Amino acid sequence: MTEIKLPVSADEIRKLKAGDEVSITGVMITARDAAHKYLIETDGPEVKEILKDSMIYHCGPVVKKEGDVYSFVAAGPTTSIREEPYEADVIDRYGVRGVIGKGGMGAKTLEACGKHGSVYLSAVGGIATTLARSVVEVLDVHKLEEFGVPEAMWVIRVENFPAVVTMDSHGKSIHDDVAKQSRENYERLLGT
Amino acid sequence: MGHERLAEHFLDLIRRASTILPPDVEEAIKKGIANEGEGSGAASTLKLLLENSRQAEEGSTPICQDTGSLLFFVEIGPDFRQKEVEEAARKASAEATAKYYLRPNAVDAVTGKNSGDNTGLGMPYFHFDQMDEDGLKVRLLLKGGGSENVGAQYKLPDGKLKAGRDLDGVRKCVLDAVFNAQGKGCAPGVIGVCVGGDRGAGFACSKQQFLRDLGDTNPDPALADLEDRLFTELNQLGVGPSGFGGKTTVLGVKIGKRHRVPACFFVSVSYVCWAYRKASMTIKGGEVSHD
Repeated sequence: MTEIKLPVSADEIRKLKAGDEVSITGVMITARDAAHKYLIETDGPEVKEILKDSMIYHCGPVVKKEGDVYSFVAAGPTTSIREEPYEADVIDRYGVRGVIGKGGMGAKTLEACGKHGSVYLSAVGGIATTLARSVVEVLDVHKLEEFGVPEAMWVIRVENFPAVVTMDSHGKSIHDDVAKQSRENYERLLGT
Repeated sequence: MGHERLAEHFLDLIRRASTILPPDVEEAIKKGIANEGEGSGAASTLKLLLENSRQAEEGSTPICQDTGSLLFFVEIGPDFRQKEVEEAARKASAEATAKYYLRPNAVDAVTGKNSGDNTGLGMPYFHFDQMDEDGLKVRLLLKGGGSENVGAQYKLPDGKLKAGRDLDGVRKCVLDAVFNAQGKGCAPGVIGVCVGGDRGAGFACSKQQFLRDLGDTNPDPALADLEDRLFTELNQLGVGPSGFGGKTTVLGVKIGKRHRVPACFFVSVSYVCWAYRKASMTIKGGEVSHD
């Protein structure tokens, strides 16, 4: 288990290899579909300073509000591949060092990880109550009214958030490996 | 009888669906752990699913933050009116959102505005069947968006898959859909299939398969055989829990059929994630029971 403290440098990130289990502590931001479109169409004034050398979590949480205080009730990863058209540009433009989600991403993101010193990390899909316990504080939220709870950009402090590096900055993707192996099985079972 | 507190009963139904992993699903995940073998990465991932579900049930928090679409399948007796049932379910959906059993998940498709309470055009979804005897039976599915995105519909024959208009053609479609889903639908999933119907009826029937118990046997022997075969074959794909590789790609395969017009032969494949959330209630003579 490798401990990652945010903010983190590109050099630190380049030490990570696909398959490494990590435990992340620090401030990161949730961003999914509406947020990625927004980050590409604007220069993200509310979040650009925090995103620098930090991580994006593909997550649309269930959030409790008590008085003025927000807390995460359930917060597993959402499917990352939907952000494939945007992610490489987001990594480049904002200096993002890691993207956490589920299901993996494509060639463009993998290339951006290599080029800019970033990684893609998988959290286990669906374990939302467990992962919400690693989100110890909600510091801020942007675009809540406009985007709604799941799509808003939540600035969160996480402690010992568990994830696995599944795409590293050296061109290796576990998702590609599994897809390749399962393709062989698929073709055999299909009988083509 | 049982009308006054209908919305409360619906609220409890939603809470149970969102926060309690059904026993047949837990059983299937445990079998997966045994098959993967102690100490394997896939077994560890599966154990995390059970640990999460235990925590969710304890704290009445959602198993998964994507509490999905609410699909109500209602059998309604003459002593209930469809309108009162829909109103109670809508009220309960809004209340369940306020209690954090559900994430606000209803988004206007044109403006992008989230209604904030899980109600909107066509949300929640209802399917009604008339019963002869008095009473109300409701089965609720919460179906997440990630798994909904990996559903697929095929039109046979399919030249690319070399799939003809027969059950072997159906088999190839299901293999293709689950292969393409990889880990994106939160494997290990449960696969609901409909052979036949039109496009709309096909998908509806494929989702109705999720109302079945994972341990049941299809009354149609040909479909029962295909379910068994596909369960074995899909678990040979090697996608595994979370798509990290392993022997547990699906927890079950359920296949239904609908008559089709001669020109059309659709195979509709729906995927539900491992967080296969379902709950039911029966109201009869003012008494509420859970099946």
